[in-house]
Amino acid sequence: MTVKEMCEKLGLRSLTGECGMDREVGGAYIGDLLSWVMAHAQRGDVWITIQTHTNIIAVASLLELSSIIISEDAEVEEETIKKAVDENIPVLVSTQSAFMISKGLINAGLGN
Amino acid sequence: MGNIAYDFQIEKDDFERAGEASSKIKKILRQLGIDSGIIRRVAIAAYEVEINLVIHSLGGTISISIDPKSIMIIAKDIGPGIENVELAMKEGYSTASDKIREMGFGAGMGLPNMKKCADSFYIESIIGKGTIITMKMMLKDGE
Repeated sequence: MTVKEMCEKLGLRSLTGECGMDREVGGAYIGDLLSWVMAHAQRGDVWITIQTHTNIIAVASLLELSSIIISEDAEVEEETIKKAVDENIPVLVSTQSAFMISKGLINAGLGN
Repeated sequence: MGNIAYDFQIEKDDFERAGEASSKIKKILRQLGIDSGIIRRVAIAAYEVEINLVIHSLGGTISISIDPKSIMIIAKDIGPGIENVELAMKEGYSTASDKIREMGFGAGMGLPNMKKCADSFYIESIIGKGTIITMKMMLKDGE
């Protein structure tokens, strides 16, 4: 599933326009502790978090994650969005909790 | 491939730019055609050491040198030094402030992550002087 397909299926709102929409989503990882994510998230994963500061883009870019979903409508800093576009990392927002987002991802066929 | 070396200056509390040096290191390794598994390990170790310099040090440098057999990362700061290195190496132990933790840093995983990613890891710290971390990753044909 591409990031674009994931957005459609889960009703995610992109803060980074069309940037990185064709990326393939390979899996998912949930976490708000950056070092933990750094150690465990895998290339291609979509990362679900409530962290919104610029450093999440560095983590996603270094790990070559497919995208970031900010759960529960947490407000994302302008600087983060700018950096995300520069690094071609889609930043998507959901009104739902990490749990409900995961449920949506599983229903969409991820992790099966 | 001859020896290649780069230095990156890291400023204290510069969260805005934290991760840039690691990104540059990763790009260099990718251009050199280094194995992606090794790039991942170097990227994680470089990121953790960079974040540590931003959060805990008074500033420092990260140097990377690449030779045909290995990649060496040396992080050197100008203080304040680590009081108890053994404790600092323990997973989950952190001296980071609440504010830093709220940002998702300070999980106490930085040094253990570095050690896991490196084939050899060496840390030396002197209070009032600074800390030097030396990490080496062997390249496949160099093992």
